[in-house]
Amino acid sequence: MSTALAPAPTKPWKASPKDHLIDFGVFLLAAIVDFLVVSVTPMKGKLAYFFVFFATYLAFTTIRQFILRGSASAKDAFVSSLVAFGAFVTLLPIVSILVTVINKGSKGIHLGLFTHDMSMATPTDPLSNGGLLHAITGTLTLVALALVMSVPIGILTALYLTEIQGRFTRPIRFLVQAMSGVPSIVAGLFILSAVLYPITKSYSGFMGSLALTILMIPTIARTSEEVLRLIPQDLREAGTALGGTQWRTVAMIVLPAARSGLITAMILGVARVAGETAPILLLTGGGDKVNPNAFNGPIGSLPYYIWKSFNAGSPESITRAWAGLLVLLVLVLVFFTLARFLGSRKVAK
Amino acid sequence: MPQTYIQPSAPAPSSGVAIPREITTEPRFSDRVFRGVVTTGGLSSLAILGLITIFLGYRGFEVLRQEGFNFITSSTWAITTDDAGNVVESHFGIAAMLVGTILCSIVAVLIAVPISVFTALFLNFYAPAWLKKILVSVIDMMAAFPSILFGIWGFLVLMPSVEYWAKLLNHYLGFIPIFHVPAYYFTRSPFIAGVVLAIMIIPIITSVSREVFSQTPLDRIQAAYALGATRWGMIQAVVIPYGRGGVVGGAMLGLGRAMGETVAVYTVLNIVYQVNWQMLFGAGGNIASLIILKFGDASPYEIKALMAAGLILFALTLLVNAGADLMVKRFGGNKR
Repeated sequence: MSTALAPAPTKPWKASPKDHLIDFGVFLLAAIVDFLVVSVTPMKGKLAYFFVFFATYLAFTTIRQFILRGSASAKDAFVSSLVAFGAFVTLLPIVSILVTVINKGSKGIHLGLFTHDMSMATPTDPLSNGGLLHAITGTLTLVALALVMSVPIGILTALYLTEIQGRFTRPIRFLVQAMSGVPSIVAGLFILSAVLYPITKSYSGFMGSLALTILMIPTIARTSEEVLRLIPQDLREAGTALGGTQWRTVAMIVLPAARSGLITAMILGVARVAGETAPILLLTGGGDKVNPNAFNGPIGSLPYYIWKSFNAGSPESITRAWAGLLVLLVLVLVFFTLARFLGSRKVAK
Repeated sequence: MPQTYIQPSAPAPSSGVAIPREITTEPRFSDRVFRGVVTTGGLSSLAILGLITIFLGYRGFEVLRQEGFNFITSSTWAITTDDAGNVVESHFGIAAMLVGTILCSIVAVLIAVPISVFTALFLNFYAPAWLKKILVSVIDMMAAFPSILFGIWGFLVLMPSVEYWAKLLNHYLGFIPIFHVPAYYFTRSPFIAGVVLAIMIIPIITSVSREVFSQTPLDRIQAAYALGATRWGMIQAVVIPYGRGGVVGGAMLGLGRAMGETVAVYTVLNIVYQVNWQMLFGAGGNIASLIILKFGDASPYEIKALMAAGLILFALTLLVNAGADLMVKRFGGNKR
């Protein structure tokens, strides 16, 4: 009696080397047709190659699948290529922006940038003159002040939405969402009309911070709400069971448990407003000198510096603008990465 | 809320009879303070939105009353002052900028929505897990890029290629009215501004769509596969009907963002005060960039007109955002 031979496991759906070869052939064919088309028609440039290649590749794979497996499979192949193309198009500008900023910005970066301000230099001077000190300190001042004002309001809003859940919960959630769509220029105009014209009558960093606060509150409130929602209900019940009032439960148990998540919310808020330009242009006056006093006198900031240098229009000043953009981008990305890192462990032990 | 505050009644020391402690569900004093403070903080968003309306309305009232409905329908922006600086004659109408705002943001949404939806589908149903993780981070990172960066990059890097594509569009499709240009001038057109805005709103629309798609019930997805659907068949039959409303909401969210964008549009667009529907032609504007443009040397009276323009913009974005929120909430499952 012969023992029944167990068939060796096979994966018939897996692509064979021949399939890979044909895939590669299709790819190659698309590339060749791409070059032919671009060289015959008036289209030119890298983007033309890219788009034409994509179109030909799309057509070839679809036709091939149609011949092999029929129309359903052809449609499937068509859409697969299309969505991959969509993702690629989304990435294209990101890569282009990063490469450009690093390329052009690094030419304007030197050590003096972080030790000098622009009080003795104009944007069109040679690059070695002047620096960003006033802009960096100014941005940090503006953002820190805005943080001080927006964090309590943002977190209180989140607490209202998660802990109190009174009758305003739905309207407030709606309003916070609506507030996150307020254009930054409107926030600037509002501070201009409500505070700057009637009360202080002069540009200062504080005015800018007020506008940034308006833009920051929704980000902080929404992120905090999401974090507070993740705190297990058991913890709140345990607090109550131990005889804690709601105030003690929230202050001693819920908030500490959500600490790192709340910090993430703050950092995301900072990343949201650090590069905000429109209200800064309306409200801060944009000085060229380091101004440590946010309540008195115009204050410089990175967006203002970039704006001013860019509009000055000479090659030097545009390099300055790129350098400023690089510094600003690094600042924003550091905050963003920090938030991601902390956010990956939202609820502390 | 009842106002009674129950004092813990002190047991009379002489009697020696222990009085049972009162049991109450009334919140303690500390809790009432806490609830009061938190509610106040929670209502601040209402207060801020209300104050924005009140103050912009208050400042812009004079101009709005003088111009009436013309403020939205006419497109002259002229102010004449005598030597003493008094306003002699003024006409303010933002029709041109309103048209520009709508044109740019619609171009942006039309470009951004397909790309975003494809990206969201790719992330949810095609990309391997490791790639998805990286791409989601990168796209979220893009949402944090400052708008001035998009503006300057758009002006210096993107513009030459988009201008070139605009010329091609005009060359082959120029017989369609919106692709027609009155003069051969393509630089700094609403189309280019729309492309820059599209790039800016792709991350928002992508992340909303991605979240909506990811809430598609797994059992229906698997049922579709079990019936022999291809991946596209599954998406067509299950994901798209489920996520359609959410995508529309995300698109409106992007529209609201695009309408309010200031610096990027100001940098890219050639701001000309005329009604221009021809998106490839290098003239246009939007309300936000008008404010930045005119603010620098505006007289106090003109500032009032700018405030009124800001109020219109505020109302417009609020409306679009509220609509978007309703759409996403209604169709996007229970969580945003």
